[in-house]
Amino acid sequence: MSMDILLEVKALKKYFRVRGSLTKKVRAVDGVDFSVKRGETLGVVGESGCGKTTLGKLVLKLIEPTSGKIFFEGRDVTKARGKWLKEYWRNAQMVFQDPHTSLDPKMTIASILLEPVRFHKISVGDEEEFLVRQMELVGLGKEHLYRYPHELSGGQKQRVAILRAIITRPKFIVLDEPTSSLDVSVQAQILELLKELQRKFSLTYMFISHDISVVKYMSSKMAVMYLGKIVEIGPSDQLFEKPLHPYTKFLLASVPIPDPKTSRSRERMIIRGEPPSPINPPPGCRFHPRCPFATEQCRRQEPTLIEVEPERFVACWLFAKK
Amino acid sequence: MEFIYRFLKKLIWIYAGMRERISGGWIQKNSSRIREWELMAYAYSKSPIGVIGGLIVFITFILAVIGPMISWEPYWEYKIVINETYRYMPPCLPPSCSGSPLLGTDEWGRDLLAMSLYGVRISFVISIVVVLLGAPLGIILGLIAGYKGGLIDEVIMRLTDIFLAFPGLVLAIAFASILPQRIRGLLESNDLLRAFFAGLFGLREKEYAQIAALISIWLAMVIVWWPGYARIVRGSVLSVREMPFIEAAKLSGLSTWSILFKHILPNVISPILVMMTFDIATATLFAAALSFLGLGPQEPVPELGFIISKAGYWFPESSSHVVIYLGIVLLTMALGWNLLGDALRDVLDPRTRRAIEYRLEKKEKRG
Repeated sequence: MSMDILLEVKALKKYFRVRGSLTKKVRAVDGVDFSVKRGETLGVVGESGCGKTTLGKLVLKLIEPTSGKIFFEGRDVTKARGKWLKEYWRNAQMVFQDPHTSLDPKMTIASILLEPVRFHKISVGDEEEFLVRQMELVGLGKEHLYRYPHELSGGQKQRVAILRAIITRPKFIVLDEPTSSLDVSVQAQILELLKELQRKFSLTYMFISHDISVVKYMSSKMAVMYLGKIVEIGPSDQLFEKPLHPYTKFLLASVPIPDPKTSRSRERMIIRGEPPSPINPPPGCRFHPRCPFATEQCRRQEPTLIEVEPERFVACWLFAKK
Repeated sequence: MEFIYRFLKKLIWIYAGMRERISGGWIQKNSSRIREWELMAYAYSKSPIGVIGGLIVFITFILAVIGPMISWEPYWEYKIVINETYRYMPPCLPPSCSGSPLLGTDEWGRDLLAMSLYGVRISFVISIVVVLLGAPLGIILGLIAGYKGGLIDEVIMRLTDIFLAFPGLVLAIAFASILPQRIRGLLESNDLLRAFFAGLFGLREKEYAQIAALISIWLAMVIVWWPGYARIVRGSVLSVREMPFIEAAKLSGLSTWSILFKHILPNVISPILVMMTFDIATATLFAAALSFLGLGPQEPVPELGFIISKAGYWFPESSSHVVIYLGIVLLTMALGWNLLGDALRDVLDPRTRRAIEYRLEKKEKRG
């Protein structure tokens, strides 16, 4: 597996206008840089409203970025339009959070799956035979092919949604909380399926979730988002073993541990307050109003991502001194 | 209403059989869709009011199609020319007076029952076509406004507001004073057009001046008819537009038009179908009202509203039977569509669907 960079994002910003106001803007994503190597899985975690989903949609150009650049296979796709954009979408796809709303209720599974195939004029020979072979990839069969989405279970629907995303054999897939609306028992199956497909088709994933244990299981690299910014990014195992940013520490402390002994001996950390409004983020470090280690510098100056260890970046003044 | 369900089911399977013969495997590929239709048929057959409405609509449809052909008296022959006593003859049941008109005669001594057969055709054609032209116009504008948003939305919706605020009656009056002459000229010079419209309304080609008047109230109605649809469609599109399956369709490479017609329209169409059904009833009455006011065709065209308005001068002494009978005809036509619309609303409502499905399953299990 070559480890060159597949996707690179530079200073990506998305400000949404607030209705009824000319100047107020929601800074959903506010200057994000990261890169994803071919074949790896980048996990993106953060609490709800921190801009994870917006980031996923920005990367796929479902939303126009306010500023910043997106490079896919070294090519700038920020300005992609028309045919160029559709070609990008052949290589980059998305699986949505809720399978109950991501499949058109008025279409059969077969016609949903054939849409991208027909658009990209992929020659498949006999359509039915092709679809049955594809359905087998995600553990479904011919009997599901001519049903409507409401006749399938949540897990089956998500399998169809995943199949729709990979049917054009893309290189990159954004997984926007693909398991959060499923039963726990089904979650594990879907995660296994995603891993298997990744191996089979050497896919690159961007895995967005608020469930840290799921992200830990899935991803090789992890980014922690807070209020539209990445506060820490690094290899998953290292990040879990030794979180650097205070926010990351809080997040990891919130993950329940099934073993009561370890759980009791763990340092108890409870985060104070609510996340501030993205319309009017606090000056300086965005986390300072809730951070127990905040200093005068944090209140005035905004930290940038700096490499503290090889491959490990953190945006915090505590580590800037070193 | 078991037989209605069996009948509809048979129709569905005849259609499916035809599709199967054209392309093999159609039934297997569309088994879910056929099931859906069966459920709709079952839900419909469970509503007695809807079945009655459907029957009324079916009968008026048949009468509208064959009416002018089976009508035993030509509408252009005035019997009063022969004998003044033919004017407003009262209804008369056999055997006391066999041979004379069953339901009496109108202003010009024509058999009222025969005239109403022509009239049903005219009313039916006008109401259906007004809705079939107005609704798609409104639907398309609503789809575009709702999906595109921003300035386009603003422009289309303000235009809709203007038309919504414009009184249909005033527009019809304005049209009645300008349009008929123009359309008359057009019909005069174009044989094909003349023959087409004469055939459509079941009138003689000679009456092209009256046909022009009919077309003018027709156009006036189409112009005031679409704004309601644009509004409702836009509202539904706004909620469907944000669904992830629309974004997924975009990612699949579909163009805006394909997304609008393949994904958004099927998901907003149900309430529109119900509204169209109700609107056909309203259009029937509105068209009759316009010609009652004298904005539509004049004699000899046996338009229901027009005959009623003429009878108004002699009401109630000699012409009450005309007003009552033709009033009942108009009322029945409108009522049929209204009842059908009521049933359709239940059939297409996803909330009642599961309950119906459960009942049908239970029934099929019993045998």
